Formats: sequence, C-alpha cells, structure tokens
Amino acid sequence: MLEIEVEKRRKVIRPANERLARLREGSVQAEVRVCAERARLLTKFYKSGKASGLPIPIQRALAFKYLMEHVSLPVEEGQLIVGLRGTGPKRVPTYPEICVHSLKDLEILDTRESMPYRVDEETKRLYAEEIIPFWQGKSMRDLIFSHLPKEWIDAYEAGVWTEFMEQRAPGHTAGGERVFQKGLLEIKEEIARVMRSLDPADPEYYEKLVELKAMDIAADAILIYAKRYAEKLEEMAKEEKDQERKRELLEMAEICKWVPAHPPRTFWEALQHYWFIHVGVTYETNPWDSFSPGRIDQHLYPFYKRDLAEGRLTRDRAKELLQAFWLKFNNQPAVPKVGVTAEESFTYNDFSKLNLGGLKADGSDGVNELSFLILEVLEEMRTLQPNTAVLISNKTPDRFLIRALEVVAPGFGEPPLFNFDGVVVKMLRQGKTLEDARTAGVSGCVETGAFGKECYILTGYLNLPKILEITLHNAVDPRTGKNIGIETGDPREFRTYENLWNAFLKQLEHFVTVKMKGNDIIEALYAHHLPVPFLSLWIEDCVKKARDYNAGGARYNTQYLQIVGLGTLTNALSALKFHVFERKTFTMEEILHALSADFSGPYEITRQLLLNKSPRYGEDEDYADSIAKEIVDEVVKHAESFPPTPIRRASRRVYFLPTTVHVYFGKVTGATPDGRKAGTPVSEGVSPVQGTDRKGIAAVFRSVAKCDWDKTGGALLNQKLSPDLLSDEESLRKLAQLIRVFFNLGGHHVQFNVVSAELLREAQKRPQDFQDLMVRVAGYSDYFVNLPRGLQEEIIARTEHKHW
Amino acid sequence: MDATGVIFDIQRFSVHDGPGIRTTVFLKGCPLRCRWCHNPEGISPAPELMFFEYKCLFCGTCARVCPKKAISFSPNGEGEKVFPKLEREKCTGCGVCAEACPSGAWHLVGKRITVGELMSVLERDEVLYDRSQGGVTFSGGEPLFQPDFLFFALQACKERRIHTAVDTSGYASPAVLTKIAPLVDLFLFDLKPMDEEEHRRYTGVSNRLIHENLRELVRLGRPVRVRVPLIPGITDTEGNIAALMAFLGEIRQGIQGVELLPYHDVAEKYQRLGKVYGMPLLSRPSQESLAQLRARIAQVVPCA
Repeated sequence: MLEIEVEKRRKVIRPANERLARLREGSVQAEVRVCAERARLLTKFYKSGKASGLPIPIQRALAFKYLMEHVSLPVEEGQLIVGLRGTGPKRVPTYPEICVHSLKDLEILDTRESMPYRVDEETKRLYAEEIIPFWQGKSMRDLIFSHLPKEWIDAYEAGVWTEFMEQRAPGHTAGGERVFQKGLLEIKEEIARVMRSLDPADPEYYEKLVELKAMDIAADAILIYAKRYAEKLEEMAKEEKDQERKRELLEMAEICKWVPAHPPRTFWEALQHYWFIHVGVTYETNPWDSFSPGRIDQHLYPFYKRDLAEGRLTRDRAKELLQAFWLKFNNQPAVPKVGVTAEESFTYNDFSKLNLGGLKADGSDGVNELSFLILEVLEEMRTLQPNTAVLISNKTPDRFLIRALEVVAPGFGEPPLFNFDGVVVKMLRQGKTLEDARTAGVSGCVETGAFGKECYILTGYLNLPKILEITLHNAVDPRTGKNIGIETGDPREFRTYENLWNAFLKQLEHFVTVKMKGNDIIEALYAHHLPVPFLSLWIEDCVKKARDYNAGGARYNTQYLQIVGLGTLTNALSALKFHVFERKTFTMEEILHALSADFSGPYEITRQLLLNKSPRYGEDEDYADSIAKEIVDEVVKHAESFPPTPIRRASRRVYFLPTTVHVYFGKVTGATPDGRKAGTPVSEGVSPVQGTDRKGIAAVFRSVAKCDWDKTGGALLNQKLSPDLLSDEESLRKLAQLIRVFFNLGGHHVQFNVVSAELLREAQKRPQDFQDLMVRVAGYSDYFVNLPRGLQEEIIARTEHKHW
Repeated sequence: MDATGVIFDIQRFSVHDGPGIRTTVFLKGCPLRCRWCHNPEGISPAPELMFFEYKCLFCGTCARVCPKKAISFSPNGEGEKVFPKLEREKCTGCGVCAEACPSGAWHLVGKRITVGELMSVLERDEVLYDRSQGGVTFSGGEPLFQPDFLFFALQACKERRIHTAVDTSGYASPAVLTKIAPLVDLFLFDLKPMDEEEHRRYTGVSNRLIHENLRELVRLGRPVRVRVPLIPGITDTEGNIAALMAFLGEIRQGIQGVELLPYHDVAEKYQRLGKVYGMPLLSRPSQESLAQLRARIAQVVPCA
C-alpha cells in the first residue's frame, strides 16, 4: 500500500521538457543560504553619507536605486525569465534596516536541524565587522520594541500574541491590473502630472512632493536593473555556442529593453514584466507574503489569446514559459526568520499565491483556458513555491472544480479551494465597490483582499486558549506566575457558565485593546521610518494620492488580527459548561487541580472524560458549535469596535489562520479543560481539534459553516483524506458536490491532505527516503521531513477521513 | 403519535448506498443470521454493548456504576492489566456504563429514536441531497423488521421530497413490503445463496419468501437494484452464479442492475460484541476475478 501511495505521488512530477526538468532539479536541490550582498551594499550606501540629511523617503529610494545598480545579475542556466533576489537560486538576502541578525541568530540559522539557512564564514565576518555595528539599535525591530509599553511586551512574552512586523515589513498585498497593464514610463508621467498639480497651500504639500520624488527614483531604479539585465544577456549571447540558446538570449535581451519601461505586448513580456516588479518589491523590503501576481489567469489571458491568434505562441510554449516562471518563485525562499517569528511561520515558503478562476469584474465566470493550463503546470511542477488558490463561485463550472480536485488527489496539498462568492460578500461588507470585490482574491494563506488596491496588513496571531488560561487564573499566567491580564474574579466563585463566559470576554477585550494600541504605534513607526516608494508605484491609489503604501496611500486600508485556537477554546468552554455547570461531574476546583497537574496520575481519567464525554466542535452538534459561533461573533465585535487606525485610517478586522503558530502557542499554554495536555499544539485554523472530528467530513463542514465567516477576512480549514478516497472520477465528483454545499452554506476555504498516517510515520523513520514528501501545513504546503517534530506529530494527529 | 424505532448508526456523506450523496440510517434487528454479516451489531433488536479494548483505562468506573452488577472488574495484585468482564445475560442495555466510561471503551449500540428526532438529523443534509441528487437510505439490520417506524420515516422523507432507498434482505411479510413500496424510490435488494438449502444453512432462513418478494416488487414496477455479497466458496461458486444469472434473466426487465459486494473480514466487530465470528478467515476476492464476474453477469443485466 505504502509503495503505491509513494509511487502515485512521484509519478505526477513531470516537467514539460528536459530543460524544465533540469531547471526544476536545480531549483529543488539548491541549498538555502543567507546571502550578504544586499546587507553589504545597503550598509555601504548609508555609510557613504550620500543620503544623509535627505528626507527619509528619498533616502530609501536612493538606497533602493543603489541596490538595483549594484546587485548581482544571476541567470539560471536555461531560464527564460530573468531577475532574481540574491546572488543565485535560494540565496536569501537580509534586511538589517528592519531586523539585524545577531551572530547567534546566524549561528542558529546555520546549524538548526530543520530548515537551516547556511551562513558562510565571510558573511559572519561581515556581520560582525560591518553590519551589526552599523545597524544595531537603528533597525525597525529595535525601534518597535523600544516603543511598545510594558503590558504589550508582557503579553507578547507570555505567548498571548505574536507580532508580524517585528522582523518583516508590512506589505501583504497582491498585484492587480495595473501591474500587468502599465509600464514605468507611463507611471513616471503620472508621477510628474500629480507633482505638477500639487498645491503649495496644502499642509501636506512637502510630504507629498517628497514621496512623489521618491517614487520617481524607485521607478528609475528598476529601469536600471532591467537595462543591466539586457546588457548582460547580450554579453551572454556573444559567448553562447548553442545557436538556439543564443537566439533566445537575444530575444530575452530585447524583452528586457521593452519591459518594465513599457506595458507588456506579449505573454512572455507579461511574465518578465511581472517578475521584475516582484523582484523589486522583495528587494525593497522583506514584506510578509512577498508579492503576488494575484488573479493571474485573468491578467495573462488577453496576452495568451492574442499571441495564440497571431501565431506567436503555442499552448506548449506557454506552458514552458509558465513552468520557467514557476521556478522563479521557488528560487526565492522566505527571509531568515528568528525567535517568535520563526516559530509562527516556520517555513521556507514565502506565500506568493496565484489565484485561478473566480469571477470577472462584470460578474461573469472567470475560468478560462489559462486557468486549466496553470493547474496543469501546478500538477506537473510540484515545487514548494509558488502557492495557488482555486476560486469557486456559483458560476464556476464543475469541470474546473473537479480538475482542481484531480490535482489535489496525489497528495501535495495544492491547490486549496475558496468560496469566491463569499470573498465578494466579505469585500462588499468592508466597503469595496462591486467591481473591486469581484477582482479581489486571496493572498498569503486565506486572506481576502482587493488585489492591487488594498493595503491589508497582518499584525499578529492571537492565542485564544491562552486567554482562557489567564481567565481561569484570574489574570495570572500560570507558566510564569506573572500577573499579565485583568482580574475577572476567582473562577471557583463562578456560579453559572455565563459568569465564566463574561469573564473570558473581559479578558479578551483587555488583550485586544492592548494589542490594538501596539498596532497603532507600529503603524506610525513604519509610516515614518520605512516608506516603500517602489511598492507604492503598483498599488492604487498611492501615486494619485502622493502617499506611501505604508502611510495610507492605498485605495483601501485594513488591519488584521489573526485568531488562533478556535477549536481548542470551543471544546474547553463546552467541557466546562457541560461538566462543571450542568452535569456537575467536577467542580471548578477539581478541574483547576487537574490542569495544574497537567492531568498526570489519577487525573488521566479526568482528562479522558473531558476529552471523550464533552460536546465537541466539528461534529455538527449545536451545543458546541453555537459556542464557536459566539466566539467568532464576539471576537469580530471587539476588534471592529476600535476606530480606524491613526495614520492609514485602516479598519480593524480579524480572520482565522495559524500558519505554524498553533505549535508555538501550544508550547506556551498549559493544559486546557478540553483534555489537551500542556505544551501540545492548540487547534489550527477553524479546524476541529486534531483527532476529534469523528463524525465525518460532512459534519465538519456543517459545524464550520455555522460560524459567520462573512464578517471575517477568512477562515482556514484543514481536512485529511485517506488516499483511496480520491481514486476515481465518481469520488471526485461527489467530493466536488460536497464542497459546493460547504461553500453554499458559507464556508470560506478548505484544503486537503491526501496522505495516510502510515506513510507519515514511515517518513519519520526514514527521512532520507522521503525528502520529497510534501504535505499541507496551514495555508501552504511544506516538505514533511523538514518540519519540526511537534508539527509533524500535529499533522499525523489530524483526523484522517477513511470513509465517505 | 410519533413512531419510535431502534437504530444503531446514522452515517452521513455515504456514497455507496444509492445515487448521489446520502445519509444512511441503520435500523437495529434482523431475522437473518448470515454467517458473514458485516454489521453484527445490527442483528439483535435490543441495545447492546460493544467493548473497545484499546481504549480501556482499567479504571473500573464501569463496574462501579452498573446498576445490574453485570460488569466485574478485579485487577490482580501484580499490576497486570485485566479487562472488565461483562455478563451479557445480566445486561439490560441501559447504557449507564457507556456514559460513565471516560475513554469511550464501552459503547452502547442501539438507541431509541422518534421519527421526528430522526428527521431533524436527516434535514441537516438536505442541501447535500439536493445538490448531488442523493437522499436517505434505510439499512440495517433489516429495516423492514421495524415496519411502522420505517413506514412513518419514509413518509416523512417523502413529505420533504427526499429521495429514499431501502437496503433489504427481502425477508419480510409481503403486506409490509407492499405497504412501504410506494414510498421507496429505490430498493437495494440482497440476494444470497440461490439454493434454498444453502440459503437456510448460511442465513438461517429459506429464500423462497425473498424471491417471491423480489418478483412482487418487479411486478409492481418499483425500482430495484440487486446486491449480491460475494462470499468465497458460498456465493461465488459456479453453481450459485449460474443460478443467480438464470434468476436475474427472468426478472431483468424489472431491475436496474446488480452490484457485487466483495466479502471483507469483520472478526474484530464480533469480538467487541462478545460474539463468535462464524466464518473462517477468507481472503478478499481479487480485482481481476471480480472484474471477470462483473463482465459475465453484465451479459444479463448491468453489473457494477
């Protein structure tokens, strides 16, 4: 059985031709290394004094330009698209202006067992002698921690939340039409036009002028980068012996002379154009979720159709170009994260998400030939990056959904499926126009956003079970004994479930308030100290408003808090309600004793009873599901009750996603009343607690869909299926119907791990034989054997549905 | 009055018991004693206990709470793990032990439910039936063994325009069968050994009534799909297949097709019920022989 499963997985990887096979192999095999070039150049630039005294946006733009003038210009052998962050595939630059890695950080990155970033001696020396001495105390990270109040730091250290922007810049956005339709010369004209129209009577006149100047410099910077590549390719062509490759290199040089200066004219140019922008955005800062071409099948389709009609392109050639493009993403792993950030997002994946399907701006079905072709590329490439999203609306034909499930079947976790009608509702609720809602999509893992027009910044994960733990200890974190919450009463005095629930809500409100204050401080720091003139060129309406992306330039501004542990919290509250307040199986005192003993010794019986004999979320029983629904409602209500942020005027929203933080949050949270032992992972996304959803997938879908996800920015659901469940057309068709129903009921997202627990156990035993085993983690896939043990165990513990 | 019945499971998102996506309701109690029965917990009409050894914590809670003292638990001094002992003749199926058991090692199969309660569960998946053109399947046990409950449940489904299927051994009074027939959109009708003596030997009852009932359904023009459990050496023999094909040939105008259900081993279930599995351990029929057989039967009627 195992052999069949492994064979089935390996068989699907089949790049279009030998060139792609070689490129893919080179990309997959490349070791991830820290690349010091960017840090070295940046430091040199700032040390030179060229920027001193200038306004910050100009300084940043000039620094970016300096980078684009001097960074290496790697070309992967046989590639068709050029531009790469770092000195070669998987050479990952660092961003000392945002986070300075200490020598110890570098040591850990270099030597840690899972997901290392190799650091050579020269880099360590450079860091010791130049980078650290220059940047220490000046980085965004230093700035942020020096500004946050003590109560914020206490909660952060206790693991009540994480902070997304302590090591990585905001960003979190995807490209829209502008990215595929505008050349930089036109954008430079637009900048000039806006500059001319500035009114000196405007109190913001000077700020705007400075920002526009910075944008103009940033535009020049990427033009220089492209020009350098054109020259490099011409030189390479001179040396090239192979006549066909020589012609290709010259054609690539011509493309680089045209884009990104002008709008792309062909399919190939469109891919190259986008990629230059992607490299620019990811060189400028280390934004979360890198950057993304968004609704790529929509954007590329006009080029594809025209090229095909005019005989410039064949389907096969388009596929080859797309596969080459695919590998560009895989060659840019996430930046090296350390500390809590590494815990919350422990992966090389940088979450660039290609959206397929959905609707067009006019409300008609968006599925086209390219949607299918890109699924085919995904099916044959199976690399860690990029990620995809299949957007299903009521207008999407079944054949597209079933095709997507066919790609899911061999078990790599991709693509995840999204309810696009739900995405539109979410966007409309947030005040987007109908057209902007229909051209929206999902980025990162499951986050909805108005692509190309919205700055929706993620601010950190919130640990719900930890807040319950603090409530049960009347403001004290039992792990440290520190008083970090507010006093909501001794739980032993609670007479009713409502007493407990209200105490929890007060505690929640307290923490959310502290977190929001922190968010405001961090927003101000980024707006002032880290403008991003290059990214601002591409997101509407930054140029028009002469305002930076990080300072509210985007058409829509949103701020997200990511909620974690819904399943664990629901089951814990349900168990307390049922056993303490209704059945009176236990007193609160007894529960607290059992928790502090971590259910050891005789308390194992208590634990089993709480675990097995309490109503649980995920089994389509209203008792627990209504608690989940209420939690979602309350969390949304609290978060949204805050006024818009001070600088970006961003509305406050929540969504439900863990990445890998549920493992970290589990580590810092003691035993919980649902029978969860201390230190073990909390539940992920909006999935039921690992291993407890025993009533089948239909019941899970019903339970999940009872919560009102339209009020959130998204909700991640993982389901694990036994491989033989997706083995024939009939099963795929029925699963497709089930997914339709889930979406009709209001579900936002579902993704499937099609893998047997047996295979995962075997991979743990013989990791060397399973290097290529990819599984679904949260909103992304990863290599199983690279995952830390805790996460491996968590994935194995998820319920595997073996029967329909 | 709301009719009540005893069921032992409700399986949602079932895709093997009729068209589309279905919810299958398992009614408890069966007049047959098929030796290969793969739902032994459906045979007795009364609620009964199943014991999952791997879940047992050896805490003795069950023995303490049993009102009939039907469970004894006496760990020996050497710390050796000894499972609790159940005297099934004393057990009334009250379920107190199952409810108290912290780990769920004791599981009570069979609960009394009203048609109204059942419908509130079935209604949850209405959208799913609509979308997939599925519905509800009544299985067992033998669903016709609880004729009133089945009748009212079917009627309630029809009132809600839900597609209904009944998975039956066909061993029931013709009056019961004709009464429910108009409410059933699809019969899944089992045929076991064709030879009457063989049938009696392996199932405990004659097949004469079963065959008559099948002919009657065909006469009434009700949609029927025949299902044949393929038991090595018993129903897959040359003699039985020939007889089956002859019979199918006679009624082929009136049936939608035949499904072959390959045998699988369920010895563990019997052990959990404190029962003895009456079948020697047989291997599953191979995919090739199954395909051959399907092709052969398909000469007479469509076969899956």
